[in-house]
Amino acid sequence: MSAAQPLLAVRDLHTHFFTRLGVVRAVDGVSFTVGRGEVLGLVGESGSGKSVTGFSILGLVDPPGRIAGGSILFEGEDLTRLPEARLRALRGERIAMIFQDPMMTLNPVLRIETQMVEAIRAHHPEVSAAEARERARDGLARVGIPAAEERLAAYPHQFSGGMRQRVAIAIALLNRPALLIADEPTTALDVTIQAQILHEVRRLCAESGTALVWITHDLAVVGGLADRVAVMYAGRMVEEGPVDAVLDHPLHPYAKGLIGSVPSRNRRGAPLQQIPGMTPSPLNLPAGCSFRTRCARADDRCLEMPELAPAAGRHLVRCFHPHLEAVS
Amino acid sequence: MTVFILRRLMQSAVVLMVMSALVFVGVFAIGNPVDILISPQADQAEIARATAALGLDKPLWEQYFIFVVNALHGNLGISFVFNEPALRLIAERLPATLELAFSAIVISVVLGLPLGLYVGLKPDTAVSRTIAAGSILGFSLPTFWVGIMLIMVFAVELGWLPSTGRGATVSVLGVDLSILTWDGLKHLLLPAINLALSRIALVIRLTASGTREVVHMDYVKFARAKGLSQRRVIGVHVLKNILIPIVTVLGLETGAVIAFSVVTETIFAWPGIGRLIISSITVLDRPVIVAYLMMTVLLVILINLAVDVLYSLLDPRVRYGEARA
Amino acid sequence: MTAAAEDDVAIEPPRAETPLRRFLADFFASRLATVGLVLLLAVIFIALFAPWISPQNPYDLAALDLLDGRLPPGSQSADGLTYWLGTDDQGRDMLSAIFYGLRTSLAVGALSAVFALALGTALGLLAAYVGGRTESLIMRLVDLQLSFPAILVALILLALLGQGIDKIILALVVVQWAYFARTVRASALVERRKEYVEAARCLALGDARIMLHHLLPNCLPPLIVVMTVQVAHAIALEATLSFLGIGLPITEPSLGLLIANGFEYMMSGKYWISFFPGVALLIAIVAINLVGDRLRDVLNPRLQR
Repeated sequence: MSAAQPLLAVRDLHTHFFTRLGVVRAVDGVSFTVGRGEVLGLVGESGSGKSVTGFSILGLVDPPGRIAGGSILFEGEDLTRLPEARLRALRGERIAMIFQDPMMTLNPVLRIETQMVEAIRAHHPEVSAAEARERARDGLARVGIPAAEERLAAYPHQFSGGMRQRVAIAIALLNRPALLIADEPTTALDVTIQAQILHEVRRLCAESGTALVWITHDLAVVGGLADRVAVMYAGRMVEEGPVDAVLDHPLHPYAKGLIGSVPSRNRRGAPLQQIPGMTPSPLNLPAGCSFRTRCARADDRCLEMPELAPAAGRHLVRCFHPHLEAVS
Repeated sequence: MTVFILRRLMQSAVVLMVMSALVFVGVFAIGNPVDILISPQADQAEIARATAALGLDKPLWEQYFIFVVNALHGNLGISFVFNEPALRLIAERLPATLELAFSAIVISVVLGLPLGLYVGLKPDTAVSRTIAAGSILGFSLPTFWVGIMLIMVFAVELGWLPSTGRGATVSVLGVDLSILTWDGLKHLLLPAINLALSRIALVIRLTASGTREVVHMDYVKFARAKGLSQRRVIGVHVLKNILIPIVTVLGLETGAVIAFSVVTETIFAWPGIGRLIISSITVLDRPVIVAYLMMTVLLVILINLAVDVLYSLLDPRVRYGEARA
Repeated sequence: MTAAAEDDVAIEPPRAETPLRRFLADFFASRLATVGLVLLLAVIFIALFAPWISPQNPYDLAALDLLDGRLPPGSQSADGLTYWLGTDDQGRDMLSAIFYGLRTSLAVGALSAVFALALGTALGLLAAYVGGRTESLIMRLVDLQLSFPAILVALILLALLGQGIDKIILALVVVQWAYFARTVRASALVERRKEYVEAARCLALGDARIMLHHLLPNCLPPLIVVMTVQVAHAIALEATLSFLGIGLPITEPSLGLLIANGFEYMMSGKYWISFFPGVALLIAIVAINLVGDRLRDVLNPRLQR
């Protein structure tokens, strides 16, 4: 029970895509909070709606999708009800985002300096060009890019993938936002680089007190990084809680399956555990609990949608048959 | 960068040589090369004299060599009709054509770019659909028909603008330009619009499709995530990316505009090289035909070269190549 | 125990669409394209059946009466024939002249495009399949050809070759083959890398067979689009050349020639001699372009979302 008001409070968010083939409920009633300086890991497979959640917070959902319901409270304002001009003032200034593919995030025909300085001057026009340039250079140095002065004049294609992602992070943190949303930023990178980037981001966020929402499908990443974890499946949150609680004692059958299927957690020589079946098509979700068709513990009760409810302290789960035996 | 330019220059020189050889061989294969240099009305004695005098009894490669040497000295034969050096005839009329071509390109870009941008950004509005449909129309209308219609409406029916000829000119650095006089502008307007119309359609379509593709790119989303104004996102991030392919094609289209000026000049009696070539073809003034060919080939090659250089200047990926951090 | 019914998905997935049905649905989704197709079919019909549906044979000199020359639209001839679109300076019924002109224009345009298609496809397939120096050579030629404006190349050729319907068609083929070659080569290159070509090679199937039966069908979609655009181009180019006086001879007048004939009468207000053939030309070209444009949007994999 936090006394202070959370930085970000998402309540019953619905983001739907109105396509020719039907309505895709990419985010179907998601709620969570992020406190100041907190790190939340948002975990899910492709199609679970985790990226769309991130975009929804910033108001960057492209047509035919749009936010269809719910609220997003950030520092006292409801982002879903704000005019575009106000949202723009917040983007890059109070809330920042970095994307998955560093190759495509930076504009190939503009210099790094241009892309950094514009991020500053869009929100602080009173800052002189020279001053902005200095801040940009410092920003590059802070993310560990050597020879920052020369690097400013370079173009994105002259950097490697890992470096580009660092530049993107530098840009995101230039104006010292209160919240950083990272949408699978290490998925497209080599494993060794992944670890470096992870380390950098954690350090930077800790230094500046920036809250972090780290969206990923990779549980290993979340373990070393997050304070809390939320697991999404088919557009809904199915489990949420402190990272150790969720990773060591997963309650939801899906979360348990996910964690159990990580190779390092399996015994050598024994067949890998899997979750049977496949993610359902978003146009054809099963009635009631979306995981019902793949769950060994499902029964008729599961034809009704369970609520996300506390099972143990701050550990929440959306299931009628959670693995309570793990929690003592 | 310099290496790049040098290499392209050499390639262009090769193409020029190949084209000149093709023209030369073409004329030789199709007819007696004597005809190129001598009026069709010459009698046997004259032909024999000219043949010997011009070394046409020599082997082919030697003739070609002489042709090239002459060409490099600016001698491409004497026109039958005008009795003047063909090259000089072309040079005299070139400014008029270039003036027309330039005006047409400017009009098509100034009108086409914003329209195309709009269609690319908001493809589903009624306005966009109209513009897109209109551009198919512009693309389909044969230039000569549009010219005729323009004359019919603006010159015959409304009487606002003159339908033939070039207006008063002003000499700038030894070149006569009519664009700087009011009378010149009045005469220039209709033919320039005529030429511009089919190119506008192309610019609109290119800009629209380029914008549509670029707008969905991650870097545009990232720019928006930085909180940049819509104007900056479109005006800088999107525009700079689509400008590269547009400039490239526009450069290539300059060659097409110069070629299509043949039609416009004929309809509007514009005294450029296009009009000259048509009349030369109909009376078989072969030296002029050869001179026109070589001149236009040279122009097209130069334009292509300029486009390549411009492209490498605009796209930093080409200019700086790949480098690892 | 009601399930949360509102959570159920809105629409059932559509029943199995065959590619053809999907293609037709996509194509006709555009009203413009449908209109274009209708117009195109009408134009083709007229072109095919011109001799039978024309009120008059405009090239039968015996049927013409010079006194009927330059009559405005709607006038009557001595034997009660209505000149719906007026007559030209020779007394020819414009409507009939246009029908025949459409026939010639379409025939020349389509024929040259077909030949260019054959030539270009053959060379493109060859370049993609054989590779190496052959490919380099062919593609150099293509680049050279394409860097020169079409009208220029046609002009040069006709200046050298002279007049005649066969020479026009030859010039048009030379101007167009490169587009086909480039398109086919690009598609074929993508296909060539795919495994089924490897497999076919391992089975020692003849090269020609591989090229024709395997590579070619997959290159068809972009080829169809290029074909429609090129037919329109060829028709417009031929009309332009004829208008300039270096195209088809008077014995086989196309719409371009008709327009040229009427040009001199524009100033004196006898607009119909140029105007109506121009409109007919326009309809033909626009119809083809509308259809071709829609085909391109429908067949473009990148725009499928």
